[in-house]
Amino acid sequence: MLRDITLGQYYQTDSVIHRLDPRVKLTATICYIISLFIVDNVIGYIIAGLFLAMIIKLSRVPVKFMIRGMKAILFLLIIAVIFNLFLTPGEVLFSFWKLQITKEGIRLAGFMAIRLVFLIMGSSVMTLTTTPNNLTDGMEKLLGPLKRIRVPVHEISMMMSIALRFIPILLEETDKIMKAQIARGADFESGNLIKKAKSLVPLLVPLFISAFRRANDLAMAMEARCYRGGEHRTKMKPLIYQKRDRLAYGALAGYLVLCVILGKILL
Amino acid sequence: MGLIKARDLVFEYIRRDEEGNVEGITCALDHINLDVKQGDFIAVLGHNGSGKSTFAKHINAILYPTEGAVWVDGKDTSNEENLWDIRQEAGMVFQNPDNQIIGQVVEEDVGFGPENLGVPTDEIWERVEESLKAVGMYEFRKHSPNKLSGGQKQRVSIAGVIAMHPKCIVLDEPTAMLDPNGRREVIRAVRALNDVEEITIILITHYMEEIIYANKVFVMDKGKIAMEGTPREIFSKVEELKALRLDVPQVTLLAHELKKSGLNIPDGILTCEELVEALKLQS
Repeated sequence: MLRDITLGQYYQTDSVIHRLDPRVKLTATICYIISLFIVDNVIGYIIAGLFLAMIIKLSRVPVKFMIRGMKAILFLLIIAVIFNLFLTPGEVLFSFWKLQITKEGIRLAGFMAIRLVFLIMGSSVMTLTTTPNNLTDGMEKLLGPLKRIRVPVHEISMMMSIALRFIPILLEETDKIMKAQIARGADFESGNLIKKAKSLVPLLVPLFISAFRRANDLAMAMEARCYRGGEHRTKMKPLIYQKRDRLAYGALAGYLVLCVILGKILL
Repeated sequence: MGLIKARDLVFEYIRRDEEGNVEGITCALDHINLDVKQGDFIAVLGHNGSGKSTFAKHINAILYPTEGAVWVDGKDTSNEENLWDIRQEAGMVFQNPDNQIIGQVVEEDVGFGPENLGVPTDEIWERVEESLKAVGMYEFRKHSPNKLSGGQKQRVSIAGVIAMHPKCIVLDEPTAMLDPNGRREVIRAVRALNDVEEITIILITHYMEEIIYANKVFVMDKGKIAMEGTPREIFSKVEELKALRLDVPQVTLLAHELKKSGLNIPDGILTCEELVEALKLQS
């Protein structure tokens, strides 16, 4: 059961968006998030909305998957809306008790809600259409220039992909240790918070020991297979920009220009 | 020509107490002399703590000799400059299949070795394909290693080593964590590599059934080579093996006991069929 957990929330299908270079998707997501904070009128948000709708349509991922991601931020969304609604000074529309709703408040609260919704949907398009592996590859390549200032980019991405590979294994192991401890009378369920936290010790100690042992074995196996860092390494699946990636960059640039002109300058 | 040569190889573990003072020295390998020819299928046998894994790690230059020397394809393993050449020529497969797979997809894991060697992209794909086909895992190339069985994982690990085009593969108890089916799968794959690709195999194991395919067997005990010879020669010395706390296959044991009680049966019976033949001759 635990074996089937895939990290992130990759949705397996074949679409233009899936096939795009991960670098394009990463850049586009960051640009899209920035664009949401640049625009501050209705036209701007309509453009952002249309752009997002187009991408979602192209990605062939059912919309319900994006909405699922929204549940996590529902609480945050409600708080942000309430605060903006009641605490923005300006022309008072209604007031009751000590609270007042202003025209500016409604406007700000509405924009904030749209911003958050678009932001979450936009970034989940990326995680839904890119495998975690691809994503780390993309990050390594995008952050490549940072190597000059001695940021260990290759090492970081190697660590990330190894972590991703070992998460299901360690989950399975946790499960196993937990059952073993329960069989010997350990109690993980009852008691208050402190007691529960204490009861995790017999779970965490063996888990950590085994994780270190695995790390040691893996390091040896990697060395035995001639791993010596990122230098002189070739790639089995190198990232090369295709025509569609250049087109996507073009579309992104067009969208950004449109956003700045219509969403910011023309009010 | 000798592919692997060990001369007076000594390796000592230094045990330390909590303050780092030397508590004692354990001699894991004690003057080992050994020669392996290209294309050989060697089995190294021994119970726990006999030094067989320590010896395996010397071939891949993971450990260096305290005294004496090991040469792989004429290169001294204690020379730092030879390190990567030796690791490419002598691949290594470890015991735990989970702890040696790096990729999240089978084909990516097999490509890991060639990537490290700096092989061009097109050639990596060719090597991955041929190595996965050699161990019969080609149809699983797009799978996640987490969903494979132990025997399949171990075959992927072997493919990962073959993709580096080694001259010899050292398998350090590759079947210890597998069920009987997985064990058979792995041994079949290893034998095929030895027969078809003529890769030298050094199989470290404590399962007696696995050594009958080898053309030379070394039995280790307390860091020394206690016995050496063909499987048949080794198995004909049942009493000696017992003294080394090793079990012989049931058929061999039965044949041995029958012989002791007066039947005229040759020494070193390895399979049921041989015993049946020998018994037929009796009657």
